[in-house]
Parts: sequence; C-alpha cells; structure tokens
Amino acid sequence: MANHVESIREPLVHGNKNLKTITNDVLGITDKKPTRLWWIGFLLALSALTLGIVAVSYQIMTGIGTWGLNKTVGWAFDITNFVFWVGIGHAGTLISAILFLFRQKWRTSINRSAEAMTIFAVMCAGMFPIIHMGRPWMAYWMFPYPNTRGPLWINFRSPLAWDVFAISTYLIISAVFWYIGMIPDLATVRDRAKTRVKKAIFGFLSFGWSGSFKTWHRYETVYGLLAGLAAPLVVSVHTIVSFDFATSAIPGWHTTTFPPYFVAGAVFSGFAMVLTLLLIARKTLRLEEYITVKHIENMTKVIILTGGIVTLSYATEFFMAWYSGNGYEQFVFLNRAMGPFAWAYWIMVGCNLITPQFFWFKKIRTNMLMVFILTIFINIGMWFERFVIIVTSLHRDFLPSSWAMYKPSYVEIATLIGSFGLFFTLFMLFIRYMPIISIGEVKSVLQFKGRSGGKK
Amino acid sequence: MKKYFVVSFDNEYDLVDATQDFRDNGFNILDAFTPYAVHGLDKAMGLKPSRLGKICFGFALIGLTIGLYGQYWISAVNWPINIGGKPWNSMPGFLPIAFETTVLFAGLGTVFTLLWRTGVLPGRQPISFAPDVTDDRFVVVLTEELSSFKSKKAEAISMSHHAVEWHEKLESE
Repeated sequence: MANHVESIREPLVHGNKNLKTITNDVLGITDKKPTRLWWIGFLLALSALTLGIVAVSYQIMTGIGTWGLNKTVGWAFDITNFVFWVGIGHAGTLISAILFLFRQKWRTSINRSAEAMTIFAVMCAGMFPIIHMGRPWMAYWMFPYPNTRGPLWINFRSPLAWDVFAISTYLIISAVFWYIGMIPDLATVRDRAKTRVKKAIFGFLSFGWSGSFKTWHRYETVYGLLAGLAAPLVVSVHTIVSFDFATSAIPGWHTTTFPPYFVAGAVFSGFAMVLTLLLIARKTLRLEEYITVKHIENMTKVIILTGGIVTLSYATEFFMAWYSGNGYEQFVFLNRAMGPFAWAYWIMVGCNLITPQFFWFKKIRTNMLMVFILTIFINIGMWFERFVIIVTSLHRDFLPSSWAMYKPSYVEIATLIGSFGLFFTLFMLFIRYMPIISIGEVKSVLQFKGRSGGKK
Repeated sequence: MKKYFVVSFDNEYDLVDATQDFRDNGFNILDAFTPYAVHGLDKAMGLKPSRLGKICFGFALIGLTIGLYGQYWISAVNWPINIGGKPWNSMPGFLPIAFETTVLFAGLGTVFTLLWRTGVLPGRQPISFAPDVTDDRFVVVLTEELSSFKSKKAEAISMSHHAVEWHEKLESE
C-alpha cells in the first residue's frame, strides 16, 4: 500500500507519542488526585457561582426593578451578557464542525474542550433572557404547545421567538455532537478503570461501545453529517441573535450588515475565550505536547481574520451613517464616539481593533504569556462591543426629553460574575472528570507525518 | 457450531493489509475492532457505504415540513391574529424557525438511528474478543463453521502481516 502522506509535514502532536502513551497521558489527568492549582481555580469559580446564585435568587424574588434599567434604556447589562455568552459559544462548533469539513487535522487536540466550552457558554447565555422575563417560572410559555388559553400561540413573526428556537436547537445539537464524539473515549476510560464504581459509571456512559469497525464506519458517516448540519446552524444562531436588533427601527441597530458582523464578532470572541482556557489547561495539566504552539498560532490567525471583519464592520457602520444622510443615524454614531458612553466605545475599539494586530508578529504569536494577555483584552473588548451597541443606541433616542443614562446596579454586576462562575465551575469539573482531549481522533492523526514513522 | 479466529495487530497498516489478504483468500470477516476509525479498512472489509445520509435527508424533510406547516397552521389557520398588519401567512418570517426545526430533526433523527442500528445504547455491555481494542490494539475477527475453517492458512496470513497475537474461540465460549 502506498504511503498516505510524505514525511515533510510537522507532526501534530510532539514528543514521539505512541497509541498507549496518548491514552495514558490524557486519562492520567483524571486518575491522579487533583492538584492544588485545580482546587484554587475550582473554589474561585465556585465562589463566583455562589455569588451569582444569591444575586439571581434575590432579583427573581424581588423583581427586575433591582436592575439599573429605566424606560429609555430597557435592555442593557442582561442582554449584553446574553449576546456575549452566545458569541463565546460559537468557537467550539466552528472548531469541531467547520474545521472538520475543511479537513483541518490540527483541530483534533482542541475540539473536545472547545465543544465543552460551547455548551457551557450557551447555558450561561440562556440564563439571561430567562431572568429578563421577570417571571422565569413561566419560561415555557415561549414554546408553542396546545394550552387552555385558547390555545393562544406565540408570535412566529418575532425575532425573539426565533431566538428561542435557535438557541435551544444549538444547545441540543452541540450537546449531542459533543457526546457522540466522546463515546469512544468513554469506552477507553471504562476499559482501563480500576475501581468497580468507575467501571460501572463509564460502562453506562459509553453505551456498550466495543470499537467495532462496522459501528465506526457508520459513526464516521454520522459525524460528517452532524458537522455538515452544525456548520450552517452556528452561522444561523448569531444571525438570528443579530435579528433581535436589526429588525427593529432603532438607529444604530437597523442595519443589514448585522448578521455577518455579529457572526464574525462571535467567532472572534469565541476563539479568544478558547485560547484563554486552553492556555490555562495546557499549562496546569501539562498538555504542551498535545496543544502545541502551532495550535495556538493557528487560532491567533483566525483571530486576525475575524478581527479584520469586525474592524471593517465598525467602519461600514460609520460610513453608512454618514452616507445615508439620515440625521438620527448620524447622531447615534457621533454620540457613540463622543457622547457620555465614549469611554466604553474607545475601550471596544482599542481592544478589538488594535489587539489582534499584534498577532501579525511571530514573536508575539509564539509567546504564550503574550497571547494569554492579548486574548483577555479581546474578551473585554467584545463584551464592551455588545454593551456599546445596546446601550448607546437606546439611551438617546428620537425624543430628547426621554434621553436617559444607564448605570448597572450591583445586582447586575454580581449576576455577570455569577455567569463566569457557572462557566468556569463546569469547565473545571469537565477537565477533571472527562477525557479533555479526543483520544481516538488524536490517535488517528498520529501517523500524520507519514507511514514510515510508525513502522518497526 | 461456529468458530472465531481472532488476530491482533499493533498498528493500523498491518490490520488493513491483513484484512484485505484474508478477504482475498475467501475468509469470512465478522468485524474488526479498532481504537479509532481506520482509514481504508471499510474497503478492505468490503463494507458498503452507509445509508445514513439518506436517513438524515428524510428527517430533514420531516423537520422542514413540520416547521413550515406548523407555523402556517398556528398563525393562519388555528387562531389568526393581526400583528402589525402583517399577512397571516408571513412565510418569509417563518423561515428561520423552519431552518432550526430542519436541523434539529435531521441531527437528532440521524443520531438516534445510528445508536439504534449499531446497538450502542445505554445499558448495553460491550462485545469483547480481545483486550485493549479501545487502547492500542487492532483486532480482526474471522468466522466460519467449525468443520470448514482453514486454520493453517489463517495462521500463515496472520504471521506474514506481523500479527502480535492470535487465538481461536468457539461460539459457545
């Protein structure tokens, strides 16, 4: 049989691994007692989550009058957090589905943790509109089901109803995609488990996976189909989120560029968050040979591209405001850059336009500490982007007598911290108990360099 | 009574070559067990392409129909409500949700069909012919009636492809 690939490519995992060492390296993490560093991270995350639970319970019992909203600024912190977290949730599926369709083999080391991150981020995101309803126990009213009130149905012409369907579908499909991808690895955990309890738990979770190639054959087909379905799905989700704004008649929101602008921004912020998390995981779990500098570099390049699209979108918005000749539109954008929220606007511009430009330099791209710091700036910048879009467009509307300012209350800030707590608590538990690198997929790219490397 | 002949390899290339050789020599291949989806093994085993793509398309059509007709029936037939003077049948506005239901039905339908068809279900016990197939072993299992099995030939082929271990197993065991 002919060699598959010649030995000119750089291997995707370093350190001369063989199949056995991959299993032991990845699952060794879950065998050992958690490190002190893990406990510190977990307890920090858990404290933030506790703060969030207290804040959310308080605002649900008291009502959302505990927020800083007013008649003019009816959407602010809460919806900012929602859009921010949905955006974070876009990188996982992009890595697992779109890079899979493009046959980007380097994705194998990072797709599992990126998908997990997606699911946790979408869970954080989903929490905010539900709280925003004020009566979250009525949240099921958003779904069309036969009821005793007529039946009174939901309004399918509303983008907010589209959002319900988009986010729920996205959460379900991402979770299924993630779990299906994990079944073979769960079987590996089952087969090397020492204790009876662990064997029983993972025996149940792995659904009796035996490694049968007849199953693998169909499994690969389904994996490809799911990737093909998830790729347009991920684009549709943030497109629909952008419709929440774009279909309204508010200057600053009412633009046709919103869907691509939001999708690019989502990938931009999602990749930044994946990098932040992976750099932590790589360092604390000593996975440098699996998540190599090349992986980090590739992701920073995606950030340069999507950061460029975001920059172009900011420029397009300003140009169209001027070119449309619409006074309201022009006022909104001048107000953004020079009004009372100019500080937020310039944080956004600084973090999102300037930060990615550093990644053009190989010295910076390959310096892990620098990459870590820069991704934090992008995370901050993308949170402010949503804040700027939402608050500055609302706070000075058509009628100057109804202009108002917005200041978040401590309850809103505690809820934001709580959502980070939820996200990191789930992520810390995940890296502790589950195979965080797709063992099967990494094994399949081990011979990527060429056949000669694997032969005796 | 049936007999199984279980051969283990330590890399994918020997497995694919040996499987091809077994099949060319008229052996009946029951299944192979591998730690990952080995490229080219489907051809060596003579597996037909999966029909799950068609199943997926079928579920997608069902999802699309439910999504479109459901919204039409609710908004235009069951209880039409005038919202901003928009037509009762606001078809373009129904497309985003119809797209989501299409993806949801296609995805879940395909995955459930896969699990049901391959028997990978909660509570199932794995079939095991040889250890370590989820770690670093590649195993192919041949099956034949006890009387007609050509053991010598199978052993010779296994040896020529650097098999690390082989053993025979009876159906009753």
